[in-house]
Amino acid sequence: MKEALDNMLEIKNLDVSVEDKQIIKNLNLKIGPGEVHAIMGPNGSGKSTIAHTLAGKPNYLVEAGNVDFKNEDLIAKDPYERSLLGLFLAFQYPIELPGVTNASYLKQILNAHRKSRGENPIDAGEFLKILKEKSRNLNIPMEMHSRFVNAGFSGGEKKKNEVLQMDLLDPSLIIMDETDSGLDVDALKSTSEAVNKLRDGKRSFLIITHYLRLLEYIEPDHVHVFGDGSIIESGDKSLASRIDNEGYEVK
Amino acid sequence: MNKINKDNFKQDAYKYGFVTEIEDEKIPKGLNEEVIKLISSKKNEPKWMLEWRLAAYERLKSMEVPKWARANIADIDFQDLYYYSSPKDFKEKPKSLEEVDPKLLETYEKLGIPLKEQEALAGVAVDAVFDSVSVATTFKEKLNEIGVIFSPISEAIQKHPDLVKKYIGSVIPVTDHFYATLNSAVFSDGSFVYIPKNVKCPMELSTYFRINASETGQFERTLIIADEGSYVSYLEGCTAPMRDENQLHAANVELVALDNAEIKYSTVQNWYPGDEEGKGGIYNFVTKRGLCKGKNSKISWTQIETGSAITWKYPSCILRGDNSTGEFYSVAITNNHQQADTGTKMIHLGKNTKSRIVSKGISAGKSSNTYRGLVNFHRKAENSKNFTQCDSLLVGSSCKANTIPLTENNSNTSSLEHEATTSKISDDQLFYCMQRGLDAEEAQSLIVNGFCKEVLQQLPMEFAVEAQKLVSISLEGSVG
Repeated sequence: MKEALDNMLEIKNLDVSVEDKQIIKNLNLKIGPGEVHAIMGPNGSGKSTIAHTLAGKPNYLVEAGNVDFKNEDLIAKDPYERSLLGLFLAFQYPIELPGVTNASYLKQILNAHRKSRGENPIDAGEFLKILKEKSRNLNIPMEMHSRFVNAGFSGGEKKKNEVLQMDLLDPSLIIMDETDSGLDVDALKSTSEAVNKLRDGKRSFLIITHYLRLLEYIEPDHVHVFGDGSIIESGDKSLASRIDNEGYEVK
Repeated sequence: MNKINKDNFKQDAYKYGFVTEIEDEKIPKGLNEEVIKLISSKKNEPKWMLEWRLAAYERLKSMEVPKWARANIADIDFQDLYYYSSPKDFKEKPKSLEEVDPKLLETYEKLGIPLKEQEALAGVAVDAVFDSVSVATTFKEKLNEIGVIFSPISEAIQKHPDLVKKYIGSVIPVTDHFYATLNSAVFSDGSFVYIPKNVKCPMELSTYFRINASETGQFERTLIIADEGSYVSYLEGCTAPMRDENQLHAANVELVALDNAEIKYSTVQNWYPGDEEGKGGIYNFVTKRGLCKGKNSKISWTQIETGSAITWKYPSCILRGDNSTGEFYSVAITNNHQQADTGTKMIHLGKNTKSRIVSKGISAGKSSNTYRGLVNFHRKAENSKNFTQCDSLLVGSSCKANTIPLTENNSNTSSLEHEATTSKISDDQLFYCMQRGLDAEEAQSLIVNGFCKEVLQQLPMEFAVEAQKLVSISLEGSVG
């Protein structure tokens, strides 16, 4: 039973510091249901800090402002509660979990979400069916699931595994942090196609990237340019092309 | 009566800490010849056994308590202990489960070990040892049909004296060291297993040790003999009530594998670890040694050590037979103020002998966790090989991990490989798992179980799931 939301995410006057250094300064951003927003910015501008702050990474200190996610106070919640509420962060550098097989990990995170919805743990046969189907969409061989989570995975395999997890967990808001980095053209294409399949008009996206190329595959509704801890310019997708031509020179 | 103040224990993680209200019968405190004679007569032992015990006691008088463990051990007053405690009126072991005191059955039920065979885990036979006596052994008759002897050692001493006489003390000499000698003098119960030639034991054999009485030491003695071409998988589990005092468990376990025989011995040790402040808990000072006596024989130790205030043990293999193999897989977890100094010895005597050591130490809280190991190649142990891997995982910043691997190579055709790592559970790993919906404890448990996986998967399937849960529970409260 989902009620209609005016805003999926609303960031108001947000200040964030990391290790006593202020990175985000008075950030404001609204993302409606079904919208795809892109944040572009030069390296070191702090755009990944937005992603980590929204996901609740420890040491990312919210000094001022607030964030509403599905009409709830996001900042007051633990990272896992944010996940269970429907926020998904695709990591730029997915973390390795030695000794934990990918299949059992995927099943465990899926069951954590099912449990929070009051559902029973998934039946082993049903899980295998879902896993096969979703892996096929991403050209992931089933063999990958008997390896340890992200351990020894290539850059492309890691990113595909992130997209597989977002598909599995069915989040309301997907934040992608430099998902295009480390992907060759083929991997970028198949990953983008899988992401595009998740665009259903209700789910929202926040795509953080340095380059235009990802946005050529996943077309954003809104593009924001990030500089000096805040959004300095917003526009439609043509802004992304301009940035690509002219660079990030601050006017 | 037991002086237990239950309110003192905030820890609810240790769910085996209850006391069975059963009247017990102890022999007087203290260590002397009279006590040893009393133990022997309680067990209706033949004369040779008593003499063997008394010889051990004679030897003990001139021995000193070893002090070299990397652990702070409070002085133990050996005269202030009870060496034997059994449920009252326990003159003879009940012939069938119907005769067993319901309170005892209930105790094991609460511990998750149903003794009624029709309710028991399929394919697992259990010997239940309560303080100093075995109170029940399941599937005995069924095993007997194929010649497998699975009984309390006190019964084996009476019924199979030749086998016991031949092998007891043959792997751990009576004179080995203080605690082994002490055990030889005062041992009470434990299990005896004999697998005849070419028999593959069709079920898991297991012994469940329970300490219930206070101020009492438990001196388990276990002897397993695998005759030529046979196979057995054996598992022991242990728990004890929560008490303010430290209690001593000093066991001797001897394994003998003859030609082409294989013994797989697994331990899930969950003695009471003491409270969060380090008060109470079991002193687990155990001597475990296996002899690969025959050619192509194999002994494999797997231990999951999560309990005890202090764990001090080195399950070892003497690889005497040519082409014999020794293995040691260990997970040792210490939390709060627990201390562990554990590892193994692989003594290569025969040609083409192989050994493999995989040790995973996890320290949390203010605990201390030491791996100590010895790999020795005798000059005649041609073409022998050892592989050792020691990994330590630190949870938090107040705990300690040490690795002390010793090697002695007197054979120039033999080779050793050693790998060691020390790591911390990284904040990035925790955050990654939490971002996917796992809470902090679930995330930590996932990562730690991954770290231990190589060892956990050595356990018999029936116990692997339980062990995984135990690993998680042992670290409860250490996140943060």
